[in-house]
Amino acid sequence: MNPALLGVFTIFVGVGGCLAYFYFSNVLLDKVIFPAKGIHAGRNINRAEKVRPWLFLAPAILALGTYLAYPVVATIWLSLTDRSQGDAFVGLANYRQMGLDPKFWEALRNNMLWLIVVPAASTAFGLLAAQLTDRIRWGNIAKSIIFMPMAISFVGAAVIFKLVYDARPAGTGQIGILNAVWLQFDGGIGSLIVLRILPILLLVLMAAGLALLAWILIRPVVKPDHRRPGLIETLVRLLASVVSVLVVLACLRGILAAVGGTYPYGVPQQWLTIPVWNSFFLMIVLIWIQTGFAMVILSAALRGIPEETIEAAIIDGANPLQIFFSIKMPQIAPTIVVVWTTITIVVLKVFDIVYAMTNGQWQTQVLANYMYDKLFRSNDWGVGSAAAMVIMLLVTPILIWNVYNARKEMR
Amino acid sequence: MDGMAGGKSSLSWAVNISVVVLVLLWLFPTVGLLVSSFRTADQIAGSGWWTAMLPQERNETLRTDRPGDLETIPQVDGVYVVEGNLFVADGRTEGGAAISAWGTGSLAIDEFVPGDTAPLDDGQAITVQENGDYVWTSPTPQEGRGQRVFTTAATPPEFTVENYDNMLFDPSNREGMTKAFFNTLTVTIPATIIPILIAAFAAYALAWMDFPGRALLIAAVVGLLVVPLQLALIPLLRLHNEIGIGKGYLGVWLAHTGFGLPLAIYLLRNYMVGLPRDIIENARVDGATDFQIFVKIILPLSYPALASFAIFQFLWTWNDLLVSLVFLIDSSGDTTVMTKQIVELLGSRGGNWEILATAAFVSIAVPLLVFFSLQRFLVRGLLAGSVK
Repeated sequence: MNPALLGVFTIFVGVGGCLAYFYFSNVLLDKVIFPAKGIHAGRNINRAEKVRPWLFLAPAILALGTYLAYPVVATIWLSLTDRSQGDAFVGLANYRQMGLDPKFWEALRNNMLWLIVVPAASTAFGLLAAQLTDRIRWGNIAKSIIFMPMAISFVGAAVIFKLVYDARPAGTGQIGILNAVWLQFDGGIGSLIVLRILPILLLVLMAAGLALLAWILIRPVVKPDHRRPGLIETLVRLLASVVSVLVVLACLRGILAAVGGTYPYGVPQQWLTIPVWNSFFLMIVLIWIQTGFAMVILSAALRGIPEETIEAAIIDGANPLQIFFSIKMPQIAPTIVVVWTTITIVVLKVFDIVYAMTNGQWQTQVLANYMYDKLFRSNDWGVGSAAAMVIMLLVTPILIWNVYNARKEMR
Repeated sequence: MDGMAGGKSSLSWAVNISVVVLVLLWLFPTVGLLVSSFRTADQIAGSGWWTAMLPQERNETLRTDRPGDLETIPQVDGVYVVEGNLFVADGRTEGGAAISAWGTGSLAIDEFVPGDTAPLDDGQAITVQENGDYVWTSPTPQEGRGQRVFTTAATPPEFTVENYDNMLFDPSNREGMTKAFFNTLTVTIPATIIPILIAAFAAYALAWMDFPGRALLIAAVVGLLVVPLQLALIPLLRLHNEIGIGKGYLGVWLAHTGFGLPLAIYLLRNYMVGLPRDIIENARVDGATDFQIFVKIILPLSYPALASFAIFQFLWTWNDLLVSLVFLIDSSGDTTVMTKQIVELLGSRGGNWEILATAAFVSIAVPLLVFFSLQRFLVRGLLAGSVK
């Protein structure tokens, strides 16, 4: 059958089937199984009411069970078996094999880098954009434009940024804008300011901010003033501050590189083939897409702040920076957490960008692409499933946190 | 609300400029692709897209009119003279381009400026003007082909829809996007509509019906919201193969339905819970069944939430690559979708930006249209959907 016809047919069968199911199952319940008449009318109505929710839920539960819950269990099982030995149980052999694969560690390391950089940068840019666009008249248009990449597919974005990063041989006109800009630098005073002094200043600022953050995070644990944080909170605080300190160290290394490194001026660069840097060039694509999301949510949160608190701060003589960091930030902190975790999940699943732009070459591998590689190119279901389980494991804390919050909210 | 006493106007300037910079940064990459898709392959390869609005400096090899085509070659003061315009001789209109330098040998293409006279072999000579007019003189009648002239000319900006013609309307183009476009559409529409209905019923039950285990189910939905679909690939593909669906549209529709359900149920339940209790209870008192309440009251009132989810699911299924790769596209490639086609083009036509840019823009255009026309629903859905 022609696929388009099949599609129309499926819509009719799907929609019609759903409606028919819901309608007739209700009729069946009310008229045939538990009819609301006769000697048992009252009892029957009560029984029907007990069954009815499950009629409404059945298709959804079936679909969720088959397409999301069952695969989790099945993947755990697959990761413990070996397909080439006739699905024999092999214990943790797949995990051991994966642990010996340097590509896996490269993917894990890159994923960690993505996990730190992308949510942080997207949230920061989103907050900046939200704060700035809320104050100007054409803010809504600006918001639309920054939000627009959300509608563009990862693959489309990959093509867009491949053009940005494109390189032509030296001496010919550059058609990638990044190389065109790069060739403007010649090692003179302009390059000194833009490529050395500016990055150093930014890195120093970032390192200082993160060091402060690490201290704020760790202080209640080392010097509890009025209450001692619980075990889980202590662990989270310790973990977050360790990550902050690691990033501070990375910043310091970056500063050293910016001071002493030599730059290949005048030579067009193949940006996507320079290890470590290329991961950042891939991250820019995701940051470009996710900033709009962060901006929309944070903008709504900023507008939800009661004006009295800000007016009171102004009367007390607070300057704009103080208002932002001391009045607004604490009030939107829960929203920032939501944005951060949502983007974190997107990052953990990032596949298309890497698949389309580098396919994991030049040390840009990430877990999702590694998994796809193992599953469909090496046909190694065991190791592929093990990699999927690693992604699941990384998502689990967020999953628990979300469920915990949802339950708290419902009470 | 941030009425600072002093420095207000300078602050407002700073804010405006920062936003302009931010917006340009975010817009630039997409505009680059859009502009490139309207340029010819030569133009794209020759200069950056940001110069597309400026006149292009271009080197060309042109020829004068063929003396062999002329019936008689006029004689002026004892020499034979062939006159004409280089651009007209090339089949173009006069006055389009302005020559800044020219030459007669391939090793010195910018030897002369317009108005100069260049000596040729056998006592011949040629003069070329800025607008392409030439005078070619010779002591003997010119014969055969026209004289070769190398020009450096500034041509005005030029845009073409030829790329779109090629990628969309040329049935002989095996790399065309038309088939992939319709395949994508075929995947998207059922995959958007079917989960809405299933989710709406479930959301109603979770919002307005009382039964044991409800809280647990809601928690499960919240949990499933973040389960990476990567886990589902192999088990489900195996399941599809076992029950005979294999790779194909049915499989991809089912998969998209399953993966879209948690968000749909979550969004719709959150919205339905906020509907006024009075209406529903009044209807119950009046003897309406749950089915009637749902169809006649809840569904129409939930229209904004339904629209939000529909847009999400549409964007997600339209832009998806992974699910189609695994559940739909078989080795025959007849069911390829646009994202897959673009990835393939990236591999095989890495440098042909006229093809890549056009292909990418064909696939981006529809979501962008949906985005700009239905943005408020999208924003509302995002605000309701992010787990608070």
